[in-house]
Amino acid sequence: MRIPCPYCGPRDAHEFSYLGDATGTRPKNPSAPDAILAFHDYVYPRGNPAGSHRELWYHTNGCRRWVEVSRNTLTHEITGARFAGASIPDASVPDASVSDASEKEAVS
Amino acid sequence: MSRLAKGGQIDRSRPLAFTFDDIAYQGYFGDTLASALLANDVKLVGRSFKYHRPRGILTAGSEEPNALVELRSGARREPNTRATTAELFDGLEAASQNRWPSLAFDAMAVNGLLSPFFGAAFYYKTFMWPKAAWEKLYEPAIRRAAGLGRAADGPDPDHYEKAHAFCDLLVIGSGPAGLEAALAAGRAGARVILAEEDFAFGGRLLSEKTTIEDDTPGAYVTRAIAELKSFTNVRLMVRTAVFGAYDDEYGALERVADHVAVPAPFQPRQRLWKIIPKRVVLAAGAMDRPIVFGGNDRPGVMHAAAAQTYVNRFGVAPAKTSAVFSNNDAAWRAAFDAHDAGASVKAIVDVRTDVSPEITGGAQKRGIRTILGGKVVSTRGKTLGIVSVETGHGRETLYVDGLMMSGGFSPNVHLTCHHGGKPSWDETIAAFVPGKCPPGMTVAGAATGTFSLADCLADGGRKGAAAARDLGFSAADPTPPRAESEATGQKPFWWVHESKGLAFVDFQNDVKAKDVALAHKEGFSSVEHLKRYTTLGMATDQGKLGNVAGLAILAEVSGRTIPQTGTTMFRPPWTPVALAAFAGHHRGPDFRPTRPTPSHAFAEELGGQFVEAGPWLRAAYFPHRGEPTLRDSVNREVLAVRERVGWIDVSTFGKIELSGPDVGAFLDRVYINTFSTLKPGKVRYGVMLREDGIVMDDGTTTRLSEDRWAMTTTTANAGRVYQHLVFCHQVLWPELDVRMASTTEQWAQIAIAGPRARDVLQGVVDDAAAVSAEALPYMGAAETTVMGGVKARVFRVSFSGELGYEVAVPARHGEALARAIAKAGAAQDIVPYGLEALAVMRIEKGHVSGPELNGQTSAADLGFARMASTKKDYIGRVLAGREAFRDPRRPSLVGIKPVDRTQMLRAGAHFLKPGAKPTTGNDQGWLSSATWSPTLGHSIGLGFLVGGSAMVGEVFRAWDGLRGTDIEVEICAPCFIDPEGVRLRG
Repeated sequence: MRIPCPYCGPRDAHEFSYLGDATGTRPKNPSAPDAILAFHDYVYPRGNPAGSHRELWYHTNGCRRWVEVSRNTLTHEITGARFAGASIPDASVPDASVSDASEKEAVS
Repeated sequence: MSRLAKGGQIDRSRPLAFTFDDIAYQGYFGDTLASALLANDVKLVGRSFKYHRPRGILTAGSEEPNALVELRSGARREPNTRATTAELFDGLEAASQNRWPSLAFDAMAVNGLLSPFFGAAFYYKTFMWPKAAWEKLYEPAIRRAAGLGRAADGPDPDHYEKAHAFCDLLVIGSGPAGLEAALAAGRAGARVILAEEDFAFGGRLLSEKTTIEDDTPGAYVTRAIAELKSFTNVRLMVRTAVFGAYDDEYGALERVADHVAVPAPFQPRQRLWKIIPKRVVLAAGAMDRPIVFGGNDRPGVMHAAAAQTYVNRFGVAPAKTSAVFSNNDAAWRAAFDAHDAGASVKAIVDVRTDVSPEITGGAQKRGIRTILGGKVVSTRGKTLGIVSVETGHGRETLYVDGLMMSGGFSPNVHLTCHHGGKPSWDETIAAFVPGKCPPGMTVAGAATGTFSLADCLADGGRKGAAAARDLGFSAADPTPPRAESEATGQKPFWWVHESKGLAFVDFQNDVKAKDVALAHKEGFSSVEHLKRYTTLGMATDQGKLGNVAGLAILAEVSGRTIPQTGTTMFRPPWTPVALAAFAGHHRGPDFRPTRPTPSHAFAEELGGQFVEAGPWLRAAYFPHRGEPTLRDSVNREVLAVRERVGWIDVSTFGKIELSGPDVGAFLDRVYINTFSTLKPGKVRYGVMLREDGIVMDDGTTTRLSEDRWAMTTTTANAGRVYQHLVFCHQVLWPELDVRMASTTEQWAQIAIAGPRARDVLQGVVDDAAAVSAEALPYMGAAETTVMGGVKARVFRVSFSGELGYEVAVPARHGEALARAIAKAGAAQDIVPYGLEALAVMRIEKGHVSGPELNGQTSAADLGFARMASTKKDYIGRVLAGREAFRDPRRPSLVGIKPVDRTQMLRAGAHFLKPGAKPTTGNDQGWLSSATWSPTLGHSIGLGFLVGGSAMVGEVFRAWDGLRGTDIEVEICAPCFIDPEGVRLRG
């Protein structure tokens, strides 16, 4: 499998380490009364979608950048890859609302 | 001899000697083992898997199910090699397999006589009781009887390589379609790889007598290859089987030196390629398939297409007098070629009644008898001698030593299925054709079910040009070379119902037509069930020949059409790939890189004994003469450090350099304790949690200056911690102005420990005052120089509990530093100490390590509760506050001593209250680390105990059910030496 690293270009998947689901967002308020629940939802439950999935890969043997990859878990087709981390401006992904969407998902 | 006087692509001026079952034979350069055996009239080459039936050469390619042999001998012996693809070389040794005592007389052939009892699932039905006997008695006996070749006697002496290749277009197969595809794309300027599994390019063109542009097919191939070679953008790969279509990449095996006795020095035997193409043209051709009739496996029965290959390519007559049994025109043309070359054909039996006059005319012209609407019902002879034919007007016997069988052609769709695409059934040719292909793949030529030569040439050119255009190259469809547009006329025909004898569907796994019918009768009517129940298609040939016929028979007995019955799916690999090829150079000590520490050579000189620690090779201990056991050496090293001084290479600790104004804030968020308040020139011990509240790692971080920091991690977690920090920065808090780099390899670090450590240190630093007790107090750090100007960092930290320093220098100076320290310490009687002594001292001091940071323990479990800041948020804080982590019954860290001080503690024991039964309910915790303490003169340990420090002074039992020990232990604080820390502050 080849992953289009936004920094290095298309590279062999063996160069990357897999973390998994990229849709969760670390809760912003650790002092909230329900913080344990919020962190629990961030750390443990995972969707297991058969189809498109956003996931985190780390380019260990490359630029050492965390990359958010959109991959179809059925076909292994990769439809996009962007730098992980919300506030890094990333010209390669026109839709900058991805991280906002993920926050909404985490809330709902 | 069955070698024809002339013809073929063998070189008669280059004879090659070889042996088969220890008998010497001769072949020629250009032969395969199979063609050379046939040329020497060796017809019996193997025994079948289950019934030990005598078997001969059936095909001329990688689909061969029968002619499996052992090649070479000793450590190079390679079992289950197909004689039909083994390129002959001088001195080749081959042996038949699965026979005893000999190939000609095989005692196990009795299985064949008992075949009525050995039907589908016979083993499962018969050897059911008693259950224990299956493992001990039946299975070993069956495995002895049913088998393939023997593995090599020793480790493979050859080596194997892995390589990557990139291209615009990968063309798989170099028959007419493949050559035209490669030419079209190559001419357009696309980077093309043409991969051919055979040792010669040309595919079927090597086997057929026809004309292309009024010339021989051989001349066309030579011209095409010459043109392809003239392109710098085209790479030709011969002996390279593309065996699998994976995600974005293709696996291929290049048999670099399989065609020589021993690879040349430094040459690999095989090379595993990962090919990354943008487009693929699959031009894998088609395969002649068998007809299922009684005795269709007898040596002498051969596929018509294979017989044609032996005659035309290898100049060998597979039989003196042959008959033909077919359902298509191609078999007739094969018969004509054989007949014309001097291998006479007596009769052609064809199940069709409407064969075209053009074809029947060819037989008449040659005086070959034709039996239309006929069927072969049985064969006889140890090797073939008699063929019995149902002519439509009764039975007739033909006396022939060869039978050319052809059930028509199946496109080689295998690689199209590797992404889950299902082939679809084409009624007109009664064969599966490619369905949905992997992304970027198109199929050309006979692999699409288009069999005529003219069509294959044109289709290849079109597909090659289209692939090039698709990638932005300018390529017009080429004008295909002029060639014949011959018909195949194949009519579906699978199974001669009238046959009484054993009629094989899967030759290699001995699956018969009757087995398929029986499976259906017993309820296994799904294709997948059929496969598991009968083992159809499960051998090394993966059903290349038999699957379609098996499916057709199942369709017939179950009253369904073939598409209703199912499809045959294929998974990688197309042909077997040796595990050695997948391993490549990663064997034995090269399984992964060896990482010696910077002082390795010096440690070797000192007699160090090394041990793998994580990815590193570290000195475990340095035995002296007169120290019979490891413990003798370790005790001496520990006492030397405690009484005088010692040094150890600690370069393996993970080192991470951080800089930027926000590093303090960043560290506050990743460590449980506060770092932002640390003053420059100071070191602090820190503990990191995972987000779930479990301890991830510990180590020290030094603030070198206002915005430069140096972190150390444990050896084991170096990579993981760095990855975690990068995640935290890039994904969680990109707003923090922090830069970091792993510098584990860049700095060599030597620890000096013991009461005289400062004296030694002052002997290597350039400015002794910079490391005086006042200038460099405990947990202080200094940037200075050593050994006359070498940049260095000195950290006053201690893992052993003694006065200790760690000196870091650029890695290239590491060995010199170790030597300088040893020299400077000679007056102090310094010793080198290893990982073993380090481990003893850390337990004596109560420092936690791997056995305690085991992925289950929280900071509080380890006694770090008071370290954790309550004034800030950090990774893992919230979930560490969960109820389970606050449970007072949670085991926490304690020190352990045996009540009887002569007894030895062993890690892994469980704590029980005195008198309590060893049950899970009574479990009070576990002993995580134990060692002999030479300082105290008795065994000590660390462990996790319910109640933790509140139990100090109590007596428990350390119960070890595995080793059968039960020792009374006294609970103490987890620090056995200098709990006030006087020594390390000295």
